[in-house]
Amino acid sequence: MTMNKEKRVTLYRSMLMIRRFEEKVRECFLAGEIPGFIHPYLGEEAVAAGVCSSLEKEDKVLSHHRGTGHAIALGVDPDKLMAELFGKRDGTNGGRVGQMHVTDKEHGLVASNGIVGGALPLSVGAAFFCKYQNNGKVAIAFCGDGGAARGTSHEAMQFASVFKLPLILVIENNLIAGATPFGAINNVKDLADRAGGYGIPGVVVDGNDVEAVYEVVGEAAKHARNGEGPSIIECKTWRMDGHFIGDPGWGKEEGENEEWKKRDPISSFTARLIAAGDVTQEELDTIDAEVTKIVEDAADFARQSPYPTEEALTAHVYAG
Amino acid sequence: MSKMSYAEAISDSVAIEMRQDPNIAYVGEDPVGGAQQVFMGAWCEFPERFIVAPITETANAGCAIGASMCGMRMILDMMYADFIPVAMDEIYNQAANVCYTYNGKGNCPVVIRAMCGNGTSEGLQHSHSLENLFAHIPGLKVVMPTFPDDAKGLMTSSLRDNGPVIFLTHRKLGYNEGEVPDNEYLVPLGKAKVVREGKDVTLVSWSYPVMTCLQAAENLVKQGINAEVIDLRTIVPWDKECIKESVRKTGRLVVVSEENHTGSFAGEIAATLAEEIFNALKGPIKRVTSIDAPVPIEKLEDMYLITPEKIEKAVMSLF
Repeated sequence: MTMNKEKRVTLYRSMLMIRRFEEKVRECFLAGEIPGFIHPYLGEEAVAAGVCSSLEKEDKVLSHHRGTGHAIALGVDPDKLMAELFGKRDGTNGGRVGQMHVTDKEHGLVASNGIVGGALPLSVGAAFFCKYQNNGKVAIAFCGDGGAARGTSHEAMQFASVFKLPLILVIENNLIAGATPFGAINNVKDLADRAGGYGIPGVVVDGNDVEAVYEVVGEAAKHARNGEGPSIIECKTWRMDGHFIGDPGWGKEEGENEEWKKRDPISSFTARLIAAGDVTQEELDTIDAEVTKIVEDAADFARQSPYPTEEALTAHVYAG
Repeated sequence: MSKMSYAEAISDSVAIEMRQDPNIAYVGEDPVGGAQQVFMGAWCEFPERFIVAPITETANAGCAIGASMCGMRMILDMMYADFIPVAMDEIYNQAANVCYTYNGKGNCPVVIRAMCGNGTSEGLQHSHSLENLFAHIPGLKVVMPTFPDDAKGLMTSSLRDNGPVIFLTHRKLGYNEGEVPDNEYLVPLGKAKVVREGKDVTLVSWSYPVMTCLQAAENLVKQGINAEVIDLRTIVPWDKECIKESVRKTGRLVVVSEENHTGSFAGEIAATLAEEIFNALKGPIKRVTSIDAPVPIEKLEDMYLITPEKIEKAVMSLF
């Protein structure tokens, strides 16, 4: 299926926005403006953009600890997102939870998680909600290859397959869990093979090819919306940065980053767009200038937002 | 009023709430053969809302919690309190933090029910209550009814609460009968109840040990001691004022619970009262709790249990 030009440009813009945002986060973190433990998404942009662009309004997304890219791709306000990372009052969550726990239900982001594999059980609930409401919506659970090892992934898929819940498990296999290479802690090549154990579809896709990701998620979503149950999609990709900002790249072999750079999801897609005559370099430059401005503005917004006051320490600890 | 068992009273509350709110659903294992069938009537009336799950506690908890984050009111049946930690990440790291993370713009209304308590030789993985574990976690409420009417009223309040509530039903109370109000009935969370008035000593307890305290109080009459007995009913939030008012009158406090001694919520109550109304006390605050050991079976369990004699001994040490 050939994608139309507008859709391709949208995917490009989404990926570029993630990249520019992440670059800015890195810069602000190293300048001491962003606190804590930041998990960069650089290199995996095609997964977030491809998955989230294939969703409908009211679909539910449950993200992991590296979820800033998902938030951007879902359309979360960059100002509020950046303010949350800064720990500022105007953040998506009031500046209390930071990068690993961003949520924005208006844009479908139900949860993000500091617990590896933690999104999976909750995604069962989000998918159950969609089925119970019979609203034709789907839930997406993101996890990495590390998270896919958790028992939560088995229990979630066992449950979801029994009740044919509209759930898509997207495994972002960036071939490294923290600083431990994939092969050192897995006995299989493809994690999507596990789908056979649940009697559901399992697909492996090039996670650096945004169009391919978009297509397979679209198919899985159609399957789920038709009441045919869950799927597993494994996106093979590569995390260009460390596990966290400050990690120099522990666990990676020399030359691996350089090899994967040749398959960079944005530059390879750009080449494809230009070759197809979909866009000119000038048009791409204009998009870059636009998203760069949005990201710069987001950082300024975050800087100017006040810190939460002491009342925020205890507000909304217990539900009313 | 109707005569019904503690288990039937809980089911009655759930059925009434399900009739009013189409967004209440249940997920759990074996509601028919499981722990004391406290949902039987509601299940018969609304079978399509009862999800009989595989033995996937983590996913079951995730299902209930995730659905409640999206807008439902869920009941999660974990069968035994000892099994709740199997899904502890979902409760501790997820459910308890939802309201805080959403910064008040969303909630997680889920009632997590399990049977708790010792006394029937079911051994060290089917006999604990663990209320102190849950009470320690900010964001969780903890409810432990003793009497059938309270079981109904507290279940209704728990189902209407917008956050996660741990609702523990004691194995030795499930078939106890009592007069229970018909129709909709609420008992507010955080309100204790004086179940026996007295003037010489305050016995504070919750769940089955309230019954043991009442027995001890009757026995103490022969010693010329008139004990007041308070059923705390909810552990979080807990009714500090009710206990303080009683202790200001009696000057003596004994806290009785089935918890293991170290780190018990009984200790929290004792510490709080010592901090806040020390001068009202005529002697040390005593705790009657389980020893710091797993729950054994048979004759050893008899030695392990909280008995009226153990409570009476603690009381007598204050006179």
